Amino acid sequence: MNETIINSIWLLAALGLVLALILYFVAQKFKVEEDPRIDLVADALPGANCGACGKAGCRDMAVQIVNDPAYTGCPVCNEENVARIAEILGRVPEKKDPMIAVVRCKGGKVNTEAKAHYEGLQSCSYAASVMPTESGCPFGCLGFGDCTAVCAFDALHINPQTGLPEADPEKCTACGACAKACPRTIIEIRKRRDEDGRVYVGCMNKQKGVYSAKVCKVSCIGCGKCVKTCPQNAITLDNNLAYVNDALCISCQACVDACPTHAMTIMPLDKKKAKAEPEAAAQTI
Amino acid sequence: MAENTKWVISGAPHVHGPESVTKIMWGVVIALIPSFLVSVYFFGLQALLLTVVTVLSCLLFEFIINRFCFKRPCSLGDGSAMITGLLLALNLPSDLPLWMAIVGAFVAIGIAKWAYGGLGQNPFNPALVGRVFLLISFPVAMTHWPAPKALFGGTALTDALSGATPLGFAKEALKTGMPASEIANSLPAYSDLFFGNMAGSMGEISAIAILLGGLYMLCRKIITWHIPVTFLGSAFIFSGILWLCSPDKFMDPVFHLLTGGIMLGAVFMATDMVTSPMTAKGKIIFGIGCGVLTVLIRTFGAYPEGVSFAILIMNALVPLINRGCTPKRFATSK
Amino acid sequence: MKTFNIGGVHPHDNKLNTEAPVKELPIPQQVCVMVSQHLGAPSQPIVKKGDKVKVGTVLTQNDAFLGAVVHSPVSGTVNKIADIPDASNYPKPAIFIDVEGDEWEESIDRSPEIKREIELDAPAIIQKVKDMGIVGMGGACFPTHVKLMPPKDAKAEFLLLNGVECEPYLTCDYRLMLDHAEEIMIGASILMKALDVKQAIVGIEANKPKAIEHMSEVAKSFPGISVQALKMKYPQGAEKQLIKALTGRAVPSGKLPINVGCVVDNVATCYAVYQAVQKNMPLVQRTVTVTGPSIKEPTNFLARFGTPVSAFLEAVGGIPQDTGKVISGGPMMGKSIMSAEATSVKGMSGILVLPESEAHRNNVYPCIRCGKCVDACPMGLEPYLIAASTAAKNFEQTEKARVMDCIECGCCQFTCPSNRSLLDNVKLGKATVGKIIRARNAK
Repeated sequence: MNETIINSIWLLAALGLVLALILYFVAQKFKVEEDPRIDLVADALPGANCGACGKAGCRDMAVQIVNDPAYTGCPVCNEENVARIAEILGRVPEKKDPMIAVVRCKGGKVNTEAKAHYEGLQSCSYAASVMPTESGCPFGCLGFGDCTAVCAFDALHINPQTGLPEADPEKCTACGACAKACPRTIIEIRKRRDEDGRVYVGCMNKQKGVYSAKVCKVSCIGCGKCVKTCPQNAITLDNNLAYVNDALCISCQACVDACPTHAMTIMPLDKKKAKAEPEAAAQTI
Repeated sequence: MAENTKWVISGAPHVHGPESVTKIMWGVVIALIPSFLVSVYFFGLQALLLTVVTVLSCLLFEFIINRFCFKRPCSLGDGSAMITGLLLALNLPSDLPLWMAIVGAFVAIGIAKWAYGGLGQNPFNPALVGRVFLLISFPVAMTHWPAPKALFGGTALTDALSGATPLGFAKEALKTGMPASEIANSLPAYSDLFFGNMAGSMGEISAIAILLGGLYMLCRKIITWHIPVTFLGSAFIFSGILWLCSPDKFMDPVFHLLTGGIMLGAVFMATDMVTSPMTAKGKIIFGIGCGVLTVLIRTFGAYPEGVSFAILIMNALVPLINRGCTPKRFATSK
Repeated sequence: MKTFNIGGVHPHDNKLNTEAPVKELPIPQQVCVMVSQHLGAPSQPIVKKGDKVKVGTVLTQNDAFLGAVVHSPVSGTVNKIADIPDASNYPKPAIFIDVEGDEWEESIDRSPEIKREIELDAPAIIQKVKDMGIVGMGGACFPTHVKLMPPKDAKAEFLLLNGVECEPYLTCDYRLMLDHAEEIMIGASILMKALDVKQAIVGIEANKPKAIEHMSEVAKSFPGISVQALKMKYPQGAEKQLIKALTGRAVPSGKLPINVGCVVDNVATCYAVYQAVQKNMPLVQRTVTVTGPSIKEPTNFLARFGTPVSAFLEAVGGIPQDTGKVISGGPMMGKSIMSAEATSVKGMSGILVLPESEAHRNNVYPCIRCGKCVDACPMGLEPYLIAASTAAKNFEQTEKARVMDCIECGCCQFTCPSNRSLLDNVKLGKATVGKIIRARNAK
């Protein structure tokens, strides 16, 4: 009995040793020489493999960054990541404006009235093929979360009160996956402006004012007041819809005060400006 | 506007057929009733108690796992756990200790079903996994078969074998070199085998009760003919070929069809929708594989019975069969 | 009896009140005529606010090959051109016309007698069909004149008339076949002349024995036209399935019916062709079935285009209290509409009102891999696989599973015991894969 046990221990030990030696020599023989910095850079990247850069993954991106000094880098890295990569490679950290995903629809459950009830596949892309939205706005957010499903950073969630997606500023890396997933291109990647507030039009409705006002309380009716108010000429009106040029905007918020329907939005909500938001939005908090 | 005046918007089609998962599952339960009644008739209250315990423990495990591990809405109503419980019970010897049955129920529901994600996700038939687990873990208890008795513990109807199924007896006898024809003489008559008067697990003994249930499921279109027919047919043909080659060494094909779990397996186990192929072509391949493997294991393997293993092996091949056996296309291009 | 070879389902046919005669729906105060009522390039309106129009006045123009014009269905004054939701629930441009009297263009022959002699030659017929705005009236609204101009390398051998009406509830084609069999046959003869084919087959499902009998009787005096009864099975009215059932030929994947020598037209289209070619009457009205389990007296209405759904429902006694869903078309392929504002168009064959109890989707269970969708698919696809790969965003797999062959008949979802949204997923997959293929081809 004892002999059996001892024999089998010897046998397994010997087998393990031989196989380990084979593995070792094969590994030596077929070793691929690689820049050690690639692994370091890959570690410094966010590691979500989100695909925002168009590469196969973060490691692929690291190879590109190490080999190409002119390469601008990962679109989702925060300052800390950029600084670490710059340190590893001995380059000057690149400065860029922090960005965030912005949802340009404020309809949802609060500001629009559902005229029908949708049943079936909970997918915006599919639901868009059978109806505009439950309220009838052909440009508004459908609220089935195609955008939240693709977020690799757990930063975008549908707010159950409003039925609209909201980006978590702590987590959003502005990778743009949600913007691509939205069948109505409602989500836009804009500058963060955490201190001054980011100003944008919270509406995508290109219908004439009479129609858009019918389906939503906070629609852009294309009145053009914001265009006249803006000291920077940053706002343009096209197809009954205003658009704030992010590059020109100085966050003066004059347009936000001027907007009669409160479609013009400032985020994060400034306390003194909070009353400029429709009451409905306040109720949801 | 009041909630109920909103019209519903949804994609086509706007009508739905009469079928539902619940109806299918309860249909199978109804089809199992004859076999269950036969087992109670032959094995008495013990069988009833074992069935109730197995079914209840399956339902309990289903409820607990669903509620606390997956946090999904209650799935007891769909009847799938009920079927697993019933099938598992019908696969056990009637004098199995109750705690073993509970362990079997846990393996069936917890490991074979929910570990893969619940209804529809399991690659192997849960009841069969439970049974095979018990067979391997408790071989003595699982291969000790009480002789059938009259209802509620009366005297034995015939001088049926006790302690071994006809299959087990035949296997042992063949090993000792007894010619097959002689073995057949010391076994119950085929008519007894057909009506269920033999030793065996609770559900497998009566071919007629199983066929009745199978016929009901065929009429309700819960199963198609492909798997049972090809399963039994290929087992018959394959064992027939062996028998013709050497009638002394192998049992005859009718014996193979009437003994052991082949009927129960072909009608209820192999036809389980989740673990069988989708297309008719795939089902035929699946049935033939089951039949041939069953006879192979029975005649050349260590165990006297091979239905469970045959079905489980074929279950493992189902994804491959599904990939290979695409349905007939409307028209092929070029 | 003939039918197609694989798949199909048997929904309850629910043909209600079929023996009631067709009623003419009163012309409403105002009609909203959708500017584009066909499959293909959108049309442009050529009238403006304040224009006086008569019945038959051309309202739109369309220079595209795949285009069809719209004629005014009423006489009156153009009020405005504005957006209004159609059956897709999206706002689309429509011409609002305030109705004044019922004055028709002089060129239109409104006499009741039936004109059998076909005077025009083939190119003239095709031009006439185009000018009169004829489109396929089965629902797809494919411009009919395009079907009459097969590509050079293909030759039509059969004209197939679709009188199948396999959609449950709908009875408009049935009534048309009973009331206007002769006109349909003349229309078919016109199409045969235009296509230069010698043989035409009318396919009618077995649940319409009267129509089969009547049409067979009338067909006797038309050489080359025969009537074929078909076994009841949905989706027999789908083009590919009908060709298979009537001729035994299978249209290959990605090909058109003309590639197997067939042209399929609905019986309602034939009737419209007859009126266009023999009576010079443009397509301004059609028979619409207004039906549903909660409708007291389901009726077929002859109604001008642009009539709002609400007018139809008023004519059958108003919208029932318990209405949960209103569908434009049949229950298998129709579109549920959000409001009764939507107006009738060339492709609207029926308005189906479902009560609250039948309006909702059932609870969804996990897929139990029963394979019923595979058995039901008339194209021999694996809907469960297409749906699963689409849900997993594995569109490569979706494409490999031949999603582009899907005819969106809904058999898979109809038959699924787990009530899964199979067709929703399949349609999403088809749309996405279609985009991917177009992007690939554009490269």
